[in-house]
Amino acid sequence: MKTLKNIAVWLDDRLHLTALWASSAGHEVPASSGSWWYVFGSATLLCFVIQVLTGICLAFVYVPSTNEAYTSLEYLNHAQFWGWYLRAVHYWGSNMMVAFMTCHMIQVFLFGAYKYPRELTWISGIFLLLCTLALSFTGQVMRWDQDAYWGLGIGASILGRIPLIGAQMVRLVLAGPIIAGETLSRFFTLHVFVIPGLIMAIVAMHLRLVLAKGINEYPRPGYKVHRATYDADYADLIHKEGVPFVPDAIGKDLIFSAFTIVLILFLAFVFGPKGPRGIPDPTIVDTSPQPDFYFLCIYAALALLPDWMETFVMFFAPAAGILFLLALPFFAGTGEKSAKRRPVAVLSVILVMLVIVTLAWFGLTVPWSPHMNAWSGDAIPAQFLAGRTPLEMHGAIVLQNKQCRDCHALGGHGGHRGPALDSIATRMTPDLMVRQVVQGGGNMPAYGKKLSPAEVEALVAFMRTLRPQSTPPSRDSAPPMNRLPRDFAVVVPPHTAQATIKK
Amino acid sequence: MTHDEPVPKKAPDIADEMAEPPKETASRRDWMFMVGTAVNVAAGLLLLVPLAGYVFSSFVQHKDPRDWISLGSLDDYPEKTTRLATYRNPFTRPWDGKTADIPCWVRRLSGNQFQVFAINCAHLGCPVRWFQPSGLFMCPCHGGVYYEDGSRASGPPPRGLFQYDYKVENGELWVKGGEMPTLANPV
Repeated sequence: MKTLKNIAVWLDDRLHLTALWASSAGHEVPASSGSWWYVFGSATLLCFVIQVLTGICLAFVYVPSTNEAYTSLEYLNHAQFWGWYLRAVHYWGSNMMVAFMTCHMIQVFLFGAYKYPRELTWISGIFLLLCTLALSFTGQVMRWDQDAYWGLGIGASILGRIPLIGAQMVRLVLAGPIIAGETLSRFFTLHVFVIPGLIMAIVAMHLRLVLAKGINEYPRPGYKVHRATYDADYADLIHKEGVPFVPDAIGKDLIFSAFTIVLILFLAFVFGPKGPRGIPDPTIVDTSPQPDFYFLCIYAALALLPDWMETFVMFFAPAAGILFLLALPFFAGTGEKSAKRRPVAVLSVILVMLVIVTLAWFGLTVPWSPHMNAWSGDAIPAQFLAGRTPLEMHGAIVLQNKQCRDCHALGGHGGHRGPALDSIATRMTPDLMVRQVVQGGGNMPAYGKKLSPAEVEALVAFMRTLRPQSTPPSRDSAPPMNRLPRDFAVVVPPHTAQATIKK
Repeated sequence: MTHDEPVPKKAPDIADEMAEPPKETASRRDWMFMVGTAVNVAAGLLLLVPLAGYVFSSFVQHKDPRDWISLGSLDDYPEKTTRLATYRNPFTRPWDGKTADIPCWVRRLSGNQFQVFAINCAHLGCPVRWFQPSGLFMCPCHGGVYYEDGSRASGPPPRGLFQYDYKVENGELWVKGGEMPTLANPV
């Protein structure tokens, strides 16, 4: 026993462990910071550790070669002992890392923790956010399937819009003129060496800053941060109600950490790994690439933006967003911390999250994309065919064969790019239908060259029948010659009309 | 320590030096620090040149990666049809596998009149598909649509489909391929 104690004393003397402990794990924090709201940062870091551990294991087997990567993923899924499970843990760990990081960021924002004197903690956090998103994108490329291939194509096409140096940027990122050769090696290097290295360095700084400037106290409504007095107030708070982080304030972090690990293990076990989906053979063109969920909102925004503002928004919006986040602690660095006194902050978070979730939902359902197989796969429901004349029936065949269903739903089936046709006859007159079909417009291609006059006639005859039984078809509003237009009669006040008649 | 260690013989000499320190030490140290910093900056730049050149070679090398590639006999492309053709990218690596096989849409108008469209949508590079009955190319990603002549029909694309240069030689159709088309580099 005495020997053990001597060894411990010797180690402490040589390594200064007691001093290290006192300045790190044992440092004093405000008792109020031992809150469930404060667990997300450590959970994000824990996810990163899990990613490093599982990532190293996967790299034991994964082959970062364009030709072999897909096969090695299949090998991991099916042949390597517990390979599928480690892939699943890595995938769900990455999802959780993004999720907890988002929670952490929202918490830090709503608790005013970015304010004086913790500006650099916030800024290093922004860089960690960017690194984590970069890890997500490069990780998606590691899953070398059709999504990865065409996802890279989208990334390259975005870079190709950069003015002046677009072409060079495309070649820099693809490591060549096309997606092949060194492309995967480049992304592998970024994913396993460069970005994790950056994250470790920035996390070290992030934690160093938490120690140096102290963790944010639980905000009290009414207490305002002033640059002149805050440091003294904080020192006073630590003096009055400071407790050592370990063991007094770490309890909830510990419990949440265990929960995080079990949650990831559980999700991985139940849902398994993601993909790889289709072999990365670009000659298989019947594919619908879709990004992982973190990028669905961007994917949706790119489909919904008007083309004249698209390139501008593509580069300006992210740059402006990042600059705003970086500048935040400098223009809002003092004042109230409590979310109860910061309605604009709360509303901003709600608005941003609503936008992201809504766009992601659109990204998942892709209402703007034609349903490529609707024309051959979706039947026309019987109620739209019963009792129709031969001409109308022929029109239904034209509708199906000319692939109108890819964009127009009938009875809820088909694409949603264009309006559903269930009650088209109540909205458009025959003349309007002919014009729309032949000339297109409003985001619909013109079919004039692909349809004979007889086909157009049949198609319009069929569409005239598409309306609820109780609703009459729309009529041409052009009036008979001897009657005032109805709109005109409504707009013109009676005495004016009479006056005109008197004249 | 039970026995006395021999006293180092040099000790008195060192003590003498300590007693009379060289007068130039401070400026000599400054000089060492400054020159040391300077030579390290220079050496670091020397190291940076090959590193940056290696990584950012795309900014230095302007060699055109494109080359003429045969898409096969003209008989494979009946007049007034649009067909999918594939070629092996001319600048390929031994470990490329299937990824260096590039598809494109070949439309033969008549005789030696062709249009060869890149597979990549002009919007963001996704693979467009050809729909014969409606005579349209459609993109699965963001809903871009093109007419059979490659011109933009609807959706977000800012222009028509990218077209390869082509030529007809010895009864074969040749295209000039080798680079992924983007708005910055339209084939």
